[in-house]
Amino acid sequence: MTEDWVVVADDLVKTYKMGEMEVNALQGASVKIGRGEVVSIMGPSGSGKSTMMNIIGCLDRPTSGSYMLDGELVANMTDDQLASVRNRKVGFVFQSFNLLSRQTALFNVELPLRYAGQVENRRQRAADALISVGLGDRMTHRPTELSGGQQQRVAIARAIVNEPAIIMADEPTGNLDSKVGKEIMSLLLDLNKQRGTTLIIVTHDPKIAEQTQRVIRLSDGVVEDDGMTKGGAQ
Amino acid sequence: MNLSQAILEALESLSSNKMRSGLTVLGIVIGVAAVIAMLAVGTGAQDSITGSISGIGTNLLFVFRGAPDDSVQNSKPLTMQDAAAIADPFAAPSVQMVAPVIEGGFLIAAAGEQVNTSVSGVTPDFFPLRNFVIAEGEPITEEHLLGRASVAVIGPELADSLFGRHDGIVGEDLTINGQPFRVIGVWEAKGGGMFGSEDNRALIPFTTAQTRLIQRRTRDQVDMLLVEVVDSESVPQAVDEVSSILRTRHRTDVGADDFTVFSQQDFLQTAATITSVLTIFLGGIAAISLLVGGIGIMNIMLVSVTERTKEIGLRKALGARKRDILIQFLTESSLLSLFGGIIGIGFGWLIAFIVERVALASGTPFYPRIGIDAVLLATIFSAAVGLFFGIYPANRAANLEPVEALRYE
Repeated sequence: MTEDWVVVADDLVKTYKMGEMEVNALQGASVKIGRGEVVSIMGPSGSGKSTMMNIIGCLDRPTSGSYMLDGELVANMTDDQLASVRNRKVGFVFQSFNLLSRQTALFNVELPLRYAGQVENRRQRAADALISVGLGDRMTHRPTELSGGQQQRVAIARAIVNEPAIIMADEPTGNLDSKVGKEIMSLLLDLNKQRGTTLIIVTHDPKIAEQTQRVIRLSDGVVEDDGMTKGGAQ
Repeated sequence: MNLSQAILEALESLSSNKMRSGLTVLGIVIGVAAVIAMLAVGTGAQDSITGSISGIGTNLLFVFRGAPDDSVQNSKPLTMQDAAAIADPFAAPSVQMVAPVIEGGFLIAAAGEQVNTSVSGVTPDFFPLRNFVIAEGEPITEEHLLGRASVAVIGPELADSLFGRHDGIVGEDLTINGQPFRVIGVWEAKGGGMFGSEDNRALIPFTTAQTRLIQRRTRDQVDMLLVEVVDSESVPQAVDEVSSILRTRHRTDVGADDFTVFSQQDFLQTAATITSVLTIFLGGIAAISLLVGGIGIMNIMLVSVTERTKEIGLRKALGARKRDILIQFLTESSLLSLFGGIIGIGFGWLIAFIVERVALASGTPFYPRIGIDAVLLATIFSAAVGLFFGIYPANRAANLEPVEALRYE
């Protein structure tokens, strides 16, 4: 185990106001994830795993507790600073792909570079990312002309194009059949091996979880169990 | 994101729902077209009215009895001696010509038709002074004056109502207030003037009017003096000369003139004020429809923001700042209203053109004028409408929480 931590979250608390009621989604969860690790976050619905994912992905801020992503303290950042951190350090892969359906695959992959203000080599970098997910011949296709697996590959290309510190994958195989799901999982794992990008997968599927090195189980807003899988222990 | 990319993306987004974008643009098109057409018609009306005032005769002064505000009691009437004094080139070097006029309303009858209208006693100078052009026959001459002849020159409109035609009537007889007169000429139609239609009146020799029709207390009293000034630059000077001559002759107190000198410029100014108020009024009404179009844009942009909540969430997850989202939606709303503006200018021009054709077909020479200022105003105003009504929806989009936006279905 390395001492180079990418994610250092300490005593995270997140409280939502639902009308009169206060709901504690996280009640003091602490997590550390090292660079290059492949981790899955599991837990039943209501356990706080979505909230955990949102905070780790810098989409949301904790009510209290500290969180450092790749050396940057993000807990007290403004909205625009958070947007910049997301742009540079986090690549998202969603269950429902979330591609812009009117735009080409290339445009979709270029989008994070556009928001980064990148002008030079933008097209080339997006094309490289598409080639690395095996879609070199589908660059000008629109999402509606692609299969589910191909769409998720575009989404993965979009996630890696800015060379982020972590990839947050939220049920990445949830909308795919098992054969295509396997291909997507092996693509994600290959990218982790080749590039050393930290991979965090939120899932409730044990078959997915056992392909990762480490499983963090959440329950009632706290970390219930954090341990190596068989594969990770080797 | 630079501007050309933002515009390209906005165009793609707008074209993905052509029907909706088209209907939204239509609201702005109608608004801008209305503004352009109304301003064009207003300016056209202004041109037409000032044109017809200029048609009364340029460099003209009107001198009436009485103070402009009726403040002076017992005013002395204007007389032929006053006219002679003003015509003196040494006392009034800026004055070219003076024409006395005496006026009254009478019943004119001919061939079984009767018309109640204005009859003026005039001198030969009246015709060149007022730009009356004789269409057939002859004007009133010095001989008619000397002989106190019972002759009349009449307007084409009066001719129409008396004889049913306005040509071939020289030599016809008519009666004014029961006294027989012979028609010796008809002038060319002048159109509407400041004092109603100029074409529905009769002109007779000044001396004939004085002795036989219009009885005044003093024998040489006149109702109005028409004064022609040598050139338009000398008009203020001529007003001063005429005023000082009349002050001396009438022995009026300082600041208590018992006469009024009214210049052509005064008429023009008054008319210009009235017509510009009219133009602003018409333009204002049209601007309301532009406002309604703007609200249409806001409505559609709000719908669009709601529909694209998930897309906004995704863009934010990928690193879009508030400013990026704001620019994206403002570009769309501005493009909508800009398109509307451009098409609206075309439509407005078309409407103005049709108005011109209709006016010409009905015999009124009326030329709506589309000034570059109206086009600029409409363009700037429509773009501003797009920006203003785009701000609220765009702001709403920019302030969406990424977590909630992504969860939105």
